[in-house]
Amino acid sequence: MNIPSSILTMLAGIVVTLISLWYGQNHGLLPIAASDEASDIDALFNTMMTISTGLFIMVQGVLVFAAIKYRRRQGDNTDGPPWHDNFPLEILWTAVPAVIILGIGVYSFEIYNSMGGLDPMGNHDHGTMQAHSKMRGSAIAATLSDTPQKTPQIPSPKLVALGVGASPENEDKPADLVVNVMGLQYAWIFSYPESGVSSGELHMPANRDVQLNISAQDVLHAFWLPEFRLKQDAIPGRPSELRFTATKTGEYRVVCAELCGAYHGAMKAVAVVHTPEEFDTWLQSQQVASSQNLEQAVAVNPGELSDGEFLAPYVREIKINSETLEQLHPTHH
Amino acid sequence: MTQAQFQESANTEARGTAPADRHWRDYFTFNTDHKVIGIQYLVTTFIFYLIGGVMATLVRTELATPDSDFVPPELYNSLFTVHATVMIFLWIVPAGAGFANFLIPLMIGAKDMAFPRLNAIAFWLIPVGGVLLLSSFLVGAPQAGWTSYPPLSLVTAQAGEEIWILSVLILGTSSILGAVNFAVTIFTMRVPSMGLNDMPLFCWAMIATSALTLIATPVLAAALILLSFDLLAGTAFFNPTGNGDPIVYQHLFWFYSHPAVYIMIMPFFGVISEVLPVHSRKPIFGYLAIAYSSLAISFLGLIVWAHHMFTSGTPGWLRMFFMITTMIIAVPTGIKIFSWLATIWGGKLRLVSAMLFGMGFISTFVLGGITGIMVASVPFDIHVHDTYFVVAHLHYVLFGGSVFGIYAAFYHWFPKMTGRMINEFWGRVHFVLTYVGFTVTFLPMHALGMQGMPRRVAMYDPKFTTINVICTVGAYMLAVSTIPFIINVIWSWRYGPKAGDNPWQALSLEWMTTSPPPIENFEGVPVLATGPYDYGMEKIQNTGERLRLKLRENATRNAQKTGIPIAEAQASTFLGRTATLVAPESEVNVDSPADESQDGE
Repeated sequence: MNIPSSILTMLAGIVVTLISLWYGQNHGLLPIAASDEASDIDALFNTMMTISTGLFIMVQGVLVFAAIKYRRRQGDNTDGPPWHDNFPLEILWTAVPAVIILGIGVYSFEIYNSMGGLDPMGNHDHGTMQAHSKMRGSAIAATLSDTPQKTPQIPSPKLVALGVGASPENEDKPADLVVNVMGLQYAWIFSYPESGVSSGELHMPANRDVQLNISAQDVLHAFWLPEFRLKQDAIPGRPSELRFTATKTGEYRVVCAELCGAYHGAMKAVAVVHTPEEFDTWLQSQQVASSQNLEQAVAVNPGELSDGEFLAPYVREIKINSETLEQLHPTHH
Repeated sequence: MTQAQFQESANTEARGTAPADRHWRDYFTFNTDHKVIGIQYLVTTFIFYLIGGVMATLVRTELATPDSDFVPPELYNSLFTVHATVMIFLWIVPAGAGFANFLIPLMIGAKDMAFPRLNAIAFWLIPVGGVLLLSSFLVGAPQAGWTSYPPLSLVTAQAGEEIWILSVLILGTSSILGAVNFAVTIFTMRVPSMGLNDMPLFCWAMIATSALTLIATPVLAAALILLSFDLLAGTAFFNPTGNGDPIVYQHLFWFYSHPAVYIMIMPFFGVISEVLPVHSRKPIFGYLAIAYSSLAISFLGLIVWAHHMFTSGTPGWLRMFFMITTMIIAVPTGIKIFSWLATIWGGKLRLVSAMLFGMGFISTFVLGGITGIMVASVPFDIHVHDTYFVVAHLHYVLFGGSVFGIYAAFYHWFPKMTGRMINEFWGRVHFVLTYVGFTVTFLPMHALGMQGMPRRVAMYDPKFTTINVICTVGAYMLAVSTIPFIINVIWSWRYGPKAGDNPWQALSLEWMTTSPPPIENFEGVPVLATGPYDYGMEKIQNTGERLRLKLRENATRNAQKTGIPIAEAQASTFLGRTATLVAPESEVNVDSPADESQDGE
């Protein structure tokens, strides 16, 4: 008995839908989600993936099916049927994608808003933010750059800071922790303005609202935490902001995503998410180390030090080994 | 009588009598024949494609291992910078112009382009710009990526950067000259009986492309000239050290460079709309929808540029605006894809190489389109921006789309361009190698990007090694895939079997003259006995009053515009010999009654 084609079409539709629903939730393409924002973005991506899988299978299925079923038979030189219009069908395939896109657009808007992308403070002038004025590492930028003669002296920030601000529930509250992030060829330097600590690693407590004030010393960089699904360009002269809540303790990578020179691929750092108690312990240990460093620093005149001697403590802090440094600037000994 | 035979018989008089007799030296001269220029474009750009391909292979070789151990990192950055520039400005964009040059006058029944000398100038700027760009390797090639964002572009490889700017300005000028020529030719030189809605869809695609080129390219020129001032004269338009703003450069750059994606893909939307109906033996489905969706894409393409800047300091509300405009482009693009599928559906598919590449185009481009919607979504784009996900998306659009489209066009019009058939077996081998190589190279890159690998890096986290090795193997396969194509083209051009005028039994006017076409394309003024895609409609049209009226209208319009006297009554009489209607009355053959043409075979 022949099965009516409409039933076959329906069965095919059900199979494609089931495959799409399953694959949309089980694609395994994203790394673990370690922030509040990451979970939301993953849910959005899974939705897009479900729809995309269905669409992809449908188009590929039509192509393969047509190539087999409608292949010209040997000796048949006649033309096919002269269909060239079907207005209701055209309306359908215009309207359905439009509705899907509207849905994805609204969903994306909601997620973006919940992340803090529409925080009005994120668009205000952060004239008081002097991210790099406190940077003990600012001298390093000139030395590490592969174009020291061109090291820009960026004027004070004058333009609006942009990025991802506070989520709606935190809009009127200051962040629990503020970290100034400076990108320079080829390192990230993190400073904690409230405690005066600087580090080559980003440390933060879990489940706390963290605000990064991001700036760049020389060229464009992009601060990316893949497990947090967050990225923000670091722009010379234009401080920007990224606010989020880490949810899983552990070590993650900070990656530079914007081409920043020959060693762009080596520009990495570590982000450590602690429990709040561990974070306090870490901060205190850094404050102690920092004060010891300062005392030692007072005892020597930096002008009398060679570049290598001067850079040694900073090299350790920003996790660049001496070989890399030599490779970057063979002239600095 | 089939539709193709009907169209051919209607154009018997207009058909050229003998193919153009060309010497190879003609292709090295300042020739103003649009067909010579078209082939000059295509051969030149293909050579640049091979050069760009070698660079891509070197880049992928470097990425076979996580360390920067194959080429120095500075050279690596130069390789991907010049690779992208070559592929965009010296391959895809001018290859589209090459096909347009060869095809548009033929498709609309004109003798040449509107401005033949300008046409030749536009072509000769290509090798000049290309050689200039490649010469930058002698002084230190640009290293700042094809986007050339300041401040990096201001501080690395400055001589190479300046050469890059000059080269892109030259190539952009060529694009503008070409676009002016295409637009004027299409609007003013169509055979009189051809209304805009009677044109082949490739012509619509070139109108849309030309509009984009003319609006957007000057903005790139402005951006690059200002960048050049910053580089050479110490101004600070974009240099933050002098209070300049690098973000302004990004706005100017992407105002051109996003539309550039459509400049690169749109001609091949047109190509696919030509290839599929011929080899499916069916009319194109939704002619008007496809034609007008090209214009919609052109318009929308101009208001989406900031989606490249979601992470680079764009206000939240602006990100939302650009997210919506970008997503909306999926609607006209979807209309095209569904219309192409409906064109294939139920046809009698001739799976020759051109058709395979045409179907491969849809197969791969649809994934590029889907990921395009994903990256339009701001929250997701924040994660994958500047990663290998974007590299994959970009290549699915521009390799899976444009390059597959270029190959489809090469195979489809090869008989018309050379007068010989290309070997189909090796064409299919080429297709399989290209499709598999392409998929192995670029599909895994989506995962790479989402997992955390940024793009434009010479060294990466070792955990990404396996996927990178797979991509590199795919890249080698892609490199190998060009070998059967090159040998096939050279061999078939010289020794292939004669093609005849219309080997695909197509209906558009370029097939109504000799292969290769004579110097001025047609002897007389061609007429449209059928539409360009009326396959399978002979039973409807050949017997109906509709055809009688259409031919009379066409012939009368031709007569009025060309000044050749002809009586309307005669036009309605000689349905089977329409071409004679445009000849002087004395030459009209009165021995062909109308019904002869209606009886079929």
